[in-house]
Amino acid sequence: MDWISPRSLKRLGMLNMNRRNVDYIARYNERSSYPLVDNKLKTKLVVAEYGVKTPKLLQVVRQQHEISHFREMAEDLAGFAIKPAKGSGGKGITVITGRDGDEYIKASGSRVDSPFLERHLTNILAGLYSLAGTPDVAIVENLVESAPSLAKYSHQGVPDIRIIVFQGYPVMAMLRLATTASDGKANLHQGAVGVGLDIGSGRGLNAVQFNRPITLHPDTGLALENIQIEAWDEMLEMASRCYEATGLGYMGVDLVVDANEGPLLLELNARPGLAIQMANGRGLLPRLRAIESLKRPHFTPLERSRFAMDTFASS
Amino acid sequence: MTTRSRLPFYIAVFLLIAAGISLAVWRHIELGIPWLTGEQRPVWMVEARIDFDAGDGSVLASLNIPEQPPGFRILTEQAASPGYGFSIIDSSGSRRAEWSKREVSGPQTLYFKAQFIPDPNAQPEIPVREPRTPRTFWEEPEATAVQEILDQAKARSSTPESMTRELIRLMQPDTRTQNTTLLVSEENYLDLLVDMLNHSGIAARIADGLRLEDARRRQQLMPYLQIYNGERWLTFNPKTAEQGVPEDLLLWRQGAASLLDVVGGKNSEVSFSMLRQTVPALQLATMESASNGLGFLSFYELPIEEQSMFRMLLLLPLGALMVAFMRIVIGIRTSGTFMPVLIAVAFVQTTLVPGLIAFLSVVSIGLLMRGYLSSLNLLLVSRISALIILVIFITAGLSIIGYQMGFNTGMTVTFFPMVIIAWTIERMSILWEEEGAHEVMVQGAGSLFVAICAYLLMSAPLAGHLTFNFPELHLVILGLILLMGQYTGYKLSELRRFTPMKAYD
Repeated sequence: MDWISPRSLKRLGMLNMNRRNVDYIARYNERSSYPLVDNKLKTKLVVAEYGVKTPKLLQVVRQQHEISHFREMAEDLAGFAIKPAKGSGGKGITVITGRDGDEYIKASGSRVDSPFLERHLTNILAGLYSLAGTPDVAIVENLVESAPSLAKYSHQGVPDIRIIVFQGYPVMAMLRLATTASDGKANLHQGAVGVGLDIGSGRGLNAVQFNRPITLHPDTGLALENIQIEAWDEMLEMASRCYEATGLGYMGVDLVVDANEGPLLLELNARPGLAIQMANGRGLLPRLRAIESLKRPHFTPLERSRFAMDTFASS
Repeated sequence: MTTRSRLPFYIAVFLLIAAGISLAVWRHIELGIPWLTGEQRPVWMVEARIDFDAGDGSVLASLNIPEQPPGFRILTEQAASPGYGFSIIDSSGSRRAEWSKREVSGPQTLYFKAQFIPDPNAQPEIPVREPRTPRTFWEEPEATAVQEILDQAKARSSTPESMTRELIRLMQPDTRTQNTTLLVSEENYLDLLVDMLNHSGIAARIADGLRLEDARRRQQLMPYLQIYNGERWLTFNPKTAEQGVPEDLLLWRQGAASLLDVVGGKNSEVSFSMLRQTVPALQLATMESASNGLGFLSFYELPIEEQSMFRMLLLLPLGALMVAFMRIVIGIRTSGTFMPVLIAVAFVQTTLVPGLIAFLSVVSIGLLMRGYLSSLNLLLVSRISALIILVIFITAGLSIIGYQMGFNTGMTVTFFPMVIIAWTIERMSILWEEEGAHEVMVQGAGSLFVAICAYLLMSAPLAGHLTFNFPELHLVILGLILLMGQYTGYKLSELRRFTPMKAYD
């Protein structure tokens, strides 16, 4: 067994689970704001008021009888995604990438017919995928087409960018790339690759899979250190805006880069994980404390993201 | 958002813990509830036997019995005497046991039994009224002799105590003078001493004591001298002038006129036998608290059925403490926050190994069946309901098969909470589908490990004893759990999880 001493963890400023829960989530996140982030539909609507773009909402299915309209709507669509509004961890999300006659082609390549999709919608409404099994609504979104510059790094799936936003300041970021081990999902503990990103420039710093440092993507074999996220300052400002929209002091913002629309908000998370620190090779605490000790906080998202880019840039 | 000061919180937790500990210590000292199980205390069982010959007719026998003997506390009192009416009568400074019967004839034997606990702090109450000192009238030449001896003793003493000591010394055979030889004979020595002390203005009386020796029979009371020094009665050995009550001396009669009165009988006599017993300290404490009115503070006043329920309930906080510690400080992942506690409670009833076997078989059979349920795409509520029914089938099946095969332990399956098991299976199964078998093993093993730790803690005899007899110690547990809720340090598991960070240090 290999151990790291608490003293060196402290020196690295690693945020741990207990401190995250007591000192950050419990202190800075209002319980009443949780429904905003736990329900994707509410998130979409509230961030839209603050000028944060999300994948285009095509349809909301709230009642069983509305499912019949789904087929009419889907008639002339090439690709879309069906999501349960209150789903968590990617459960119940079906991504359709194309059509073949009457059949739909899923992201994995398998074909399904429209009765299958209607049954899936029924399940979502009944709460099969929602937390604690409460009745839910289904949202149908435009398909996100990942920008090719990032898509080439990922095995299946859309690479997404997780940014930790603390009191409106983006403090740490990472890029998550799906692998065969993670089965096309972007969850780090399932085997996705996490690439720490420099807040100052959006460049890749350091990559991990299963908590171990790596330099090449295990499936695509591409070097991970040269990754450069485009429109980085725009993304940081977007993430920063979500603070005004939700009021959550400590949250994770998940963004994707769409080939046509640019950066889009995928979802928000009120309890972001700690693995981002491993992907960056540094702890969150010094940055969080730097924000906490600010005498005069900045008022606009632009100022805050500028400040973060200057303060937290590596090198 | 402002950071509130945590000082009031820590003060509150400190008060909780301090209150719990001090209450427990107070109850230990005041009620004698022992800290450990199986602690023994000596108790003296003394039996007074009264024999007399009844003349035809009614009989009333009255025996003086101890009241607040110095150095002892009375635990129980009882009388054994077939056909007699019995009562204990408290009257002006003396307690008497009274037996009565209408028609009696022939030799009679009455018994009175009492248990005494040695207690160095037990002291008789201070008398309300000053005792009187009756003067005795002596004929000449005795009157002159008494006066001379008293003057002699007075000259050599300053206090009632020293006066008494001097007087006893003067009356001893080896120091006898003409005056004393005139007065003292073997029979009247103690009475004379009492009369002389009273004459000189020091209240004095005779007390009867019993020397306690294990397994003695047919013992008689021995007379002692008691004088009143203005505050309380002091006991002297009339032969050696030694002051105080020896540890093994039980003063049976103090200040009462007679030891035994029998009306309607003759040839009456009292003899004593005694036995040293050991009684569990806990039993002693509960017997005493029940008699002195402090019993309402303990669970022993409840009916037995409720008591055993509380025994179980009061163990739960220990399990909760263990879960909190394992999750917050150690960082073991469990499936369901308090599922391990409930499993541990079931283990307490089934004992560990049969419980483990039963639990594992129910859960694994349940997981197999749940695999089929998941292919049916049922809604959550009906899925869980179906699972509960299946779990009941499984436990019933296991019990019956186990019983037919001759294992009574098969029956212990029924102690497991069905709904909790159903939820456990459901959660494990979802975990299996979403995260894979590895995560199921990790969380399942974690839950079982925590459950076994909680079981070991809860099944320790000391834990059961302390939680049931000192319920206030739960305040300490509450304080510890609250403190843990403020723990922001690294979990043990995080020291392992973050190991790769060594590269960046």
